[in-house]
Amino acid sequence: MEHVDGANESRDVKLYALSTCPFCGRVKALLKKHDVAYDYVDVDLQSREERKRLRMELIKYNPRCSYPTLVVDGDTVVIGHREERIEEVLGV
Amino acid sequence: MLARMQRDAEETSCFLNPDKGFLDDLMSGLVTNEERFGYGSCPCRVASGIESYDADIICPCEYRDADVAEFGACFCALFVSREVYEGKEIDPVLERRPIEAIEEAEKATELLDKGEMSMIEPKTTSTQDVTVWRCSVCGYLCARKYPPNVCPICKAPRERFEEFSLG
Repeated sequence: MEHVDGANESRDVKLYALSTCPFCGRVKALLKKHDVAYDYVDVDLQSREERKRLRMELIKYNPRCSYPTLVVDGDTVVIGHREERIEEVLGV
Repeated sequence: MLARMQRDAEETSCFLNPDKGFLDDLMSGLVTNEERFGYGSCPCRVASGIESYDADIICPCEYRDADVAEFGACFCALFVSREVYEGKEIDPVLERRPIEAIEEAEKATELLDKGEMSMIEPKTTSTQDVTVWRCSVCGYLCARKYPPNVCPICKAPRERFEEFSLG
């Protein structure tokens, strides 16, 4: 996972994303806008083994394995580009 | 690529996403995938790189017509319904692609990596995977999971398709 710095680092924020996906890009931009520190991975840019490993990790949070999937503090999951829901979960 | 998609939208009675910035990003993702794989697979999904296993997610994907009918947009929101084109908000589109399709593609790429290409089973479609749909206006038949958005022969809308059984 790549880390993005931000002043707002009270939560553990992980984003499963694709480099080619505009929805994923907009979630990254939203986190940036709120200056949220987060980790992300662009799954499409990983090796085959890593893609599979990440999918097995992702399936626990999102059975359809779709992107973007945002995982906050390891237990709250937001699937898709849902700005209001993401802001609500992060309290920003 | 954009011209090709525009033409496809016109032929199938749907519209391209009216948000110009979003459309540009989608096109750039599609072009990236076309350069990577040799075919434009969905920018919002993970492709395996084996064309026959990615065929269902090559744009316009197999799930588009069903998603446009149900949610007003396809999974990546490149194609939208008239209502969405005219300003209605898009309902969140749930991934319709079965997880089995991803698993099968993963298995095939694993074999490809090991150099065991001959072990890759050819991708086949069985009668259990598809339904035969009949256009009640002109009689056109097609075998796919979901009926088309519009009849390619007589342009009748999706609602005029019915399930057709042989025998």
